[in-house]
Amino acid sequence: MNFLSLFVLIPMLTVGLLFCLGKPSHIRLLCAGAGIALLALALTLLGLFIQARNGGATDAMLFRADLCWYAPWNIHYSVGVDGISVLMLLLSAIIVVTGVFASWHIDPMPKEYFLWYFLLSTGVFGFFISIDLFSMFMFYEIALIPMFLLIGIWGSGEKERAAMKLTLMLMGGSALLLLGLLGLYFFHGADSMNLLTLADRGMALDAQRRFFPFVFIGFGVLGALFPFHTWSPDGHASAPTAVSMLHAGVLMKLGGYGCFRVAITLMPEAATELSWIFLLLTGISVVYGAFSACVQTDLKYLNAYSSVSHCGLVLFALLMLNPTAMTGAVMQMLSHGLMTALFFALIGGIYGRTHTRDIRLMGGLMKVMPYLGVCYVIAGLASLGLPGLSGFVAEMTVFVGSFQEADLFHRVLTLVACTSIVITAVYILRVVGKLLYGPLQNPQHALLPDAAWYEKVATATLIAAILVVGLTPHWIADLIHESLAPVTAMLGR
Amino acid sequence: MFNSCYTALVPLLPLFSFILLIAFGLRLPGKWAGYIGSVLTGIAAVAAYYTAWTYFSLPLDADGTRPAVEILSWEWLRFTPLLAIRLGIYVDALSAMMWVVITTVSLMVHIYSLGYMAGEKGFARYFAFLGLFSFSMLGLVVAPNIFQTYIFWELVGVSSYLLIGFYYTKPEAVSASKKAFIVTRFADLGFLIGILILSYFTGTFDFQTICGSAQDAAGVGGALFAPALQASFLGLSALSWAMLLIFMGCAGKSALFPLHIWLPDAMEGPTPVSALIHAATMVVAGVFLVARLFPVYALMTPGVLEVIAYVAAFTSLYAAVVACVQTDIKRVLAFSTISQIGFMMVALGVSGYGGHAGEGYTASLFHLFTHAFFKALLFLCAGAIIHTVHSNEMKAMGGLRRYMPVTHLCFLVGCLAIAGIPPFSGFFSKDGILAASFAFHPCMGILMTAIAGLTAFYMFRLYCRIFHGPYSGDTAAAQAEHAEAGHHTPHEAPAVMTAPLVFLAVLSLLTGFIPFGDFLSSDGLPHAFPLQTAVAVCSVLTALVGIGIALYAYGRGPRPAFQRMADQPNAFLRAAKNRFYIDRFYLFITHRIIFQGISTALAWFDRHVIDGVVFGSGKLTEKIARKIRIIQSGQLQTYALILLLGVLCLIGLVLYL
Amino acid sequence: MANIPMTYYLVLSTILFFAGIYGFITRRNLLAMLISVELILNATDINFAVFNRFLFPEHMEGLFFALFSIAISAAETAIAIAIIINIYRNLKHIEAQKLNELNDLK
Repeated sequence: MNFLSLFVLIPMLTVGLLFCLGKPSHIRLLCAGAGIALLALALTLLGLFIQARNGGATDAMLFRADLCWYAPWNIHYSVGVDGISVLMLLLSAIIVVTGVFASWHIDPMPKEYFLWYFLLSTGVFGFFISIDLFSMFMFYEIALIPMFLLIGIWGSGEKERAAMKLTLMLMGGSALLLLGLLGLYFFHGADSMNLLTLADRGMALDAQRRFFPFVFIGFGVLGALFPFHTWSPDGHASAPTAVSMLHAGVLMKLGGYGCFRVAITLMPEAATELSWIFLLLTGISVVYGAFSACVQTDLKYLNAYSSVSHCGLVLFALLMLNPTAMTGAVMQMLSHGLMTALFFALIGGIYGRTHTRDIRLMGGLMKVMPYLGVCYVIAGLASLGLPGLSGFVAEMTVFVGSFQEADLFHRVLTLVACTSIVITAVYILRVVGKLLYGPLQNPQHALLPDAAWYEKVATATLIAAILVVGLTPHWIADLIHESLAPVTAMLGR
Repeated sequence: MFNSCYTALVPLLPLFSFILLIAFGLRLPGKWAGYIGSVLTGIAAVAAYYTAWTYFSLPLDADGTRPAVEILSWEWLRFTPLLAIRLGIYVDALSAMMWVVITTVSLMVHIYSLGYMAGEKGFARYFAFLGLFSFSMLGLVVAPNIFQTYIFWELVGVSSYLLIGFYYTKPEAVSASKKAFIVTRFADLGFLIGILILSYFTGTFDFQTICGSAQDAAGVGGALFAPALQASFLGLSALSWAMLLIFMGCAGKSALFPLHIWLPDAMEGPTPVSALIHAATMVVAGVFLVARLFPVYALMTPGVLEVIAYVAAFTSLYAAVVACVQTDIKRVLAFSTISQIGFMMVALGVSGYGGHAGEGYTASLFHLFTHAFFKALLFLCAGAIIHTVHSNEMKAMGGLRRYMPVTHLCFLVGCLAIAGIPPFSGFFSKDGILAASFAFHPCMGILMTAIAGLTAFYMFRLYCRIFHGPYSGDTAAAQAEHAEAGHHTPHEAPAVMTAPLVFLAVLSLLTGFIPFGDFLSSDGLPHAFPLQTAVAVCSVLTALVGIGIALYAYGRGPRPAFQRMADQPNAFLRAAKNRFYIDRFYLFITHRIIFQGISTALAWFDRHVIDGVVFGSGKLTEKIARKIRIIQSGQLQTYALILLLGVLCLIGLVLYL
Repeated sequence: MANIPMTYYLVLSTILFFAGIYGFITRRNLLAMLISVELILNATDINFAVFNRFLFPEHMEGLFFALFSIAISAAETAIAIAIIINIYRNLKHIEAQKLNELNDLK
């Protein structure tokens, strides 16, 4: 156990403490405190990590610790981080803390809500620090289950059905995943579940071929891989604000991260061989999500389809299997996490005021709530890839990286994926135009209040993060790039 | 010595103004936001002049060219070991010239807006966006590599979007801004792919490397471009594709046919914005980029350059024809801008490389330079007129010369300049373009001269409709209407608005005498291009004919024959008035095909087919479960019976098997 | 008594057993079902006693088991009747097949 375990312990402790508290104000304070502590921890980790790397630490994973849980099956709780997981932890911390602020006045049952919320974050953080297949899977499941309750109880619309659909589809994915992980375990000699050990050892090609699809689809379901993405629109639309944020912002990244960390790292040959199937699927995701988003009328559906498109780009870039594109993929994860969380926070704010998410019923809100409106425009611009905001650097890295694959198949797919930048502009500007600009559609909206302080904190934090990624991408790219070195070496790039 | 401190200030001051005004603009009292923006832009302009002056007074290199200076190079993002985006400031003759243009027009527009935008809601926001635009545009032209160009290209796009949609409660402004952004975005897709192809094959984003290699085709250049020339796709080399796609980006930004549709609509923005962005600076970014990559176009892919010439010539003709029948004065100016950009692009397209063959290149940039001033002047005048008449329509005007003498005079200078009458600046630059066109092919020369005549016609039609003939507001009915709307008789604009007009008018008068070839030529060597008398006489005569017709037809209000033509247009005029239905065609594509066709179908497919499979599997499970459930009826006696039968079967099995 | 062969006892207990089973499966009334269960239990008790008496006369376990079973069946009957009476109080009937309030398969 080292300080990395704090990432799991803090949320768990928060869950425990929440049991003892009753007053909503105390609960909020505790949660905000825990969130800020996590954020501070993640920033410290980032600093320590960069310091260690600059100090010459060359291990694939730093800050490793190991604790045997169940020796007969070689189940360990082992932790360690590389640049990618550091960034993912930072992303999760940002979104957890902003999520707390975004659900400041959650009603009813704030205590229970935050209880599940922090249990969910336990799973998320645990997943990113684990380097053991079993503990990874366990944390993955911990992250999935609270979602059901959070959506089912605190959601809106057809929440029960959406919660059920989401949970069942993700559970279906994790069933595949479990099969794949067991396959990995047994075909690696059944004596270790440690990612690094397994990666060193390699695996027979036919076994790789057999299990790569399981693992990739298993994680891919969570990463909104076409055609397993349909949980996302319903789930996101029904979930309460902070849960949408956490789900689209972080949980969907679990998928991409898992695909990279487990599927590609442990089965590089199969990844090379089978990438074309999944490239096709993700290529479809990218364009299909964007086109579908064009005609949505519900703000959250629109954003969910846009997430399908953007997360499709993450998997797409990963499967290009070259360092530049994979760097781009991780940057896209980061960027999409931040901006989609911002989107959902804003949509939550707008919905909380107007009680509708149908863009046909709204219009001219910029005059009424300028703060939220401006933030929405910023989020939109980030999403359509405006330079200076995070989307641009991520997409450009992906496109330049993908273009390095010289054969016709990859070229065509890259060009197809590139068109998404236009379609994204279409749907973003369409919704911005309808929602914020023009004359006020509904006179009753004229007196709605603008953002409250806690909403301002949440959105400002996210915008700051988006700006940091967008303006100074080089250190992020470097961090990712060097963490990719072991994998790209295995892939022979 | 070259002082990089001043140079860095040029783009950074407008950025600073943007940040300052975004952060504190709302709290500033009165016009302080405008003053801050103007002063910062003013300092930037001085710094830009200083930079240009020091640059042009640098000693020439041994081979007679001016060395380019690169300051501030910062590796912003590394993609591959070869490819990285470096942000920096690259000063050469082209970018120094562009800086002068941009800061001058921007400063004038800032000052003018102090009067024009006074009392508007969002005054600070307006100046903040102007700052953002100036920053982006200044950054664009000094980009040392094509990716920085792309970055700032997008940024100018977005500032243009924000400024067109400045009156965001007006639905037309919103849809115009959306249209502008999406059309240019579509073009930028081509640009991006072009960059990807170019950088993949050459392994660099650097203009200096790319252009230097193109000039040195036998040596290093051969090696750099060899892969791109060998690789081919659909019968064209990869390099041709790349350059064509980059040109597509340029065509989008510079509103060349068929990507011009956004520019006329962009006139929904405040008029000073139209002057700055949609006349003088941003829309010439395409011309700038082609000029920047000119060695590659001219030496490596001359075929593409020819395509550019044809596209641009067609655009120029098309826009000139459409401009003749528009009645919204800003639309006339917008189409005239499209037409004039066509001129610049034609000049680049017909130009050769080096020496006298490079006349088109120089003429193109010269025209860019002069056009920026006189077109900004025309737009600002139009702004002053709209400001006082409260309408964009010609029929609300007429006879205004009595009310607004200064504006009238300035507008006349602008019209004479664009019509190409000596000694106004447009004459000199247009003459170079026509000479280059004649050198390319006589037909091209004749066509361009004819378009120049058309230009003179529609500009003077505009001029007469605004300033001559009876003032529409003189009729009693119109006066009553005006009084009702709280309007007043037209009057001259305040000094803060007329001062920039006068300044720009002076520039339009004088800039023609700059020996442009000494500063800017295709190969960097100073080269003098003397006036070609034959071409000049031809073009002036054509222009005079155009002016004559316009004066005859509209000098004292539209003559009946022309009025009839406007009232009962024939098929051709109707088509021209509707911009030859190109916008409708686009609407058809976007609405019918993309929205109603593809997107709706895909969304339906998602909700019903893919989700249908998901729900279907759920339903199937439920159905099977219901079937199986019948056995679990909860009736103890049924269970007992089944148990008994089971036991009997087991006993039977044990006994008889 | 000794000359009655064991088979006779077993035939009796088999008849009792199946009569019980038949009753348990076919009767609607909970009390009747309870009586049937008693028949089944008694059949097994007889078997215990008979096997003990005929096969292992020197042991006593079978008899004990029979007594034990009788005691349990008494307790069980008491509980069952208590439940049945409660059901009757609440629902005014003791029809086994109609006791499906908690079941949506009706």
